[in-house]
Amino acid sequence: MRTFLTTTALALSLLAAPAGAAEPTQGGEMIVTYKDDVSTLDPAIGYDWQNWSMIKSLFDGLMDYVPGTTELVPDLAESYELSEDGLTYTFKLRKGVKFHNGRELEAADIKYSIERAVRPETQSPGAGFFASIEGFEALTSGAAEELSGITTPDDYTVKITLSRPDATFLHVMAINFSFAVPREEVEKYGQDFGKNPVGTGAFRLAEWTLGQRLVFERNPDYYKEGRPRLDRIVFEVGQEPLVALLRLQRGEVDILGDGIPPAKFLEIMNDPEWRDNVVEGGQLHTGYLAMNVTMKPFDNVLVRRAVNHAINKDRIIRIINGRAVPANQPLPPAMPGHDPNYEGYAFDPEKAKQLMAEAGYADGVDTELYAMNTDPNPRIAQAIQQDLAAIGIRAELQVLAQANVIAAGGEKDAAPMIWSGGMAWIADFPDPSNFYGPILGCGGAVPGGWNWSWYCNEELDALAAEADAMVDPAKAEERIDLWRRIFLRIMDDAPWAPVFHEQRFTMKSDRLGGPDAIFVDPVHIPVHYDEVYIEDGQ
Amino acid sequence: MIGYIARRLGQAVFILIGISLVTYVLVYLIPADPVRQIAGRSATPETVESIRRQLGLDLPLWQQYLRYLGDLLQGDLGRSYIQKTEVATLIASRLPATLELMAGAILLELLIGLSAGIYAASRRGRPADRAIMVASFAAVSAPQFVVGILLLYVFAVQLGWFPIGGYGTLWHLVLPALTLGLLGGGWYARMMRSAMIEVLRQDYIVTARAKGAGRFRILFVHALRNAALPVVAMVGLDIGIFMSGAVVVESVYGWPGIGQLAWQAIQRVDIPIIVGVTIVAAVAIVLGNLLADLVAPFIDPRIKFRR
Repeated sequence: MRTFLTTTALALSLLAAPAGAAEPTQGGEMIVTYKDDVSTLDPAIGYDWQNWSMIKSLFDGLMDYVPGTTELVPDLAESYELSEDGLTYTFKLRKGVKFHNGRELEAADIKYSIERAVRPETQSPGAGFFASIEGFEALTSGAAEELSGITTPDDYTVKITLSRPDATFLHVMAINFSFAVPREEVEKYGQDFGKNPVGTGAFRLAEWTLGQRLVFERNPDYYKEGRPRLDRIVFEVGQEPLVALLRLQRGEVDILGDGIPPAKFLEIMNDPEWRDNVVEGGQLHTGYLAMNVTMKPFDNVLVRRAVNHAINKDRIIRIINGRAVPANQPLPPAMPGHDPNYEGYAFDPEKAKQLMAEAGYADGVDTELYAMNTDPNPRIAQAIQQDLAAIGIRAELQVLAQANVIAAGGEKDAAPMIWSGGMAWIADFPDPSNFYGPILGCGGAVPGGWNWSWYCNEELDALAAEADAMVDPAKAEERIDLWRRIFLRIMDDAPWAPVFHEQRFTMKSDRLGGPDAIFVDPVHIPVHYDEVYIEDGQ
Repeated sequence: MIGYIARRLGQAVFILIGISLVTYVLVYLIPADPVRQIAGRSATPETVESIRRQLGLDLPLWQQYLRYLGDLLQGDLGRSYIQKTEVATLIASRLPATLELMAGAILLELLIGLSAGIYAASRRGRPADRAIMVASFAAVSAPQFVVGILLLYVFAVQLGWFPIGGYGTLWHLVLPALTLGLLGGGWYARMMRSAMIEVLRQDYIVTARAKGAGRFRILFVHALRNAALPVVAMVGLDIGIFMSGAVVVESVYGWPGIGQLAWQAIQRVDIPIIVGVTIVAAVAIVLGNLLADLVAPFIDPRIKFRR
């Protein structure tokens, strides 16, 4: 096993402030605005981009990522070992970590928390992430009361045995659903634990006034030296993004939780006074056009390739004011396995028309394009509609509410084409396998699934299983290579026309300090709450 | 009078059951599956089915509705799918802000509307009357979000007299209440003016004038009380409407009222909240109307409660 200390130290030094800058001060308060009220802060249940990062600051898991990167490091665990057969992980817990209620974290808490997420009564949307742990089926079906794969030889050791090798397992131990919760508090609050969260994280919840504000305050017992840097974070909810922007410009707000309002984006980016307050970064996102391979005319691979050639991605990116980079493959550039040398399908309407003729659709064909009804998605769908009309595909637009589009995508013969905008895949964790199973694998091509192109290539499914069984860290490179090949094979079959990868633009007040990576952290949206600080008198 | 109130409230129960039925069926017809909404995109089909069973959403519609109605009659509005909290708690938490905005808005619209309407009626056909009618027409037709953002921009952002949105002090209330008050005031001004003109034409006013009563006395003692009836009925309606939330104004000013709650719930297809707010709004409209009908006899003694 490689040691983690060196890599962590290296990564932290990369993150450190520029040479010569003073050590950031600790203290102060930051104000973050949101339009919607926060739904729940229960780590087993919360699963939207708004509470995702808040939960990460209230709770901890066995593993975490180096701030600003996608690199895994032990968190509540001090170290871990993997057995020879690649099936058993032994985590040694850090000693002296305390829950916000003062009790020390023990191995039994880890076991309890993961089992709680899996138990059907919890209704956790993330239960499926733990499917590789031994005893998963028995617990979900009610045949067992616990996960037989998790044992606690002593108070500071957690042993997790898998029923199959799973190269993504350490990512699963860093996902919110696995975070440690104290049993006594969960039982005390029952269904309302999500409004009364108690964890081990850098912050604890001090106040929650429904519909108005939440206040996080520093956890004085937090185990990580010097974190969090802020004393308090105030989340003001119910704030229109446009009004929030005005308040930020007046110095009343530090972070726009919902981002820069699209209508103001160009104005801000062209304003020398404010341009420098915006940090740009990539995110693990792909916006794509899904073509249902079981419906005519998209059952023909030539038509699907023609569509890939027909879409003018640069024009679509102009529609969204340049807030994205063009995509030619499913994996975004920040994701391991992305192939920067792959050329993809160039914008070439002539070639597309040729392919259509070859496919037997020289006279064109009628079909439908589904899209979500919030701006800019209808405008993007119209642009796609025009591009397709140029090669003879006459697509009628079905612009619907999000839930309705998702419902249509989950039916086998309902939606011939879906523009994914507003519902597009953002990775749960930074590993290429997360971009395959649910959205491109056979497992997702089921009623109610998320594989809207209903593409199911059993050969690739076998390769994917092979890649995810490569648990030996020495084979990490080889595994990523295999994933790269899988995604390029998918592009040959072209069930998607990848259109763009959205970029993130985080606007912050002048007072906030910290390296840029913290403000566009790939795992924390909008910012890494534990790491930002107030610049004092500089 | 007590018998009258009891009878009206009895009718209200049937109206509410009817409204709950219609709302429930309409929401059921939305082709979105709330369970998938709760379960999220990574859930396995087993998880989805287990959540469906636990929420009782696998039952036929009529059973679901009867269950909901049974809970409703005990004051239980159910739990929000997305917010994971009692709907009653969520609505209650929004009540103070909603009532505050309602009081402020009704006060301002009466103040603006009645004074403008009475003045216009007394100056009928003259430039002041015309100016007031043009202004009230503009106020009635102006979209709430335009007026809201305009007031916010001028008085909060540029002049800095008021906070930029939010909730808390009386200062926070001024701009949102003024936005609603200006727009509602337009209606009241037009209504008050025509009611006053109607009354001022009556014989008894002519008599009063012939007896030498002053202009003020005629307007405020003789005419106002008779002209005020439609206004009272309209305030009753306004109570109901504002209780269901001033969605646009609450959004612009970040006012934590019921309208904001409903709007967020609609966007996230949080069905229990949508149904719950609809029912609370219906109750408020029924009560508002009842209140207006109860006040009417005191203003116009010719109106009597029917037994």
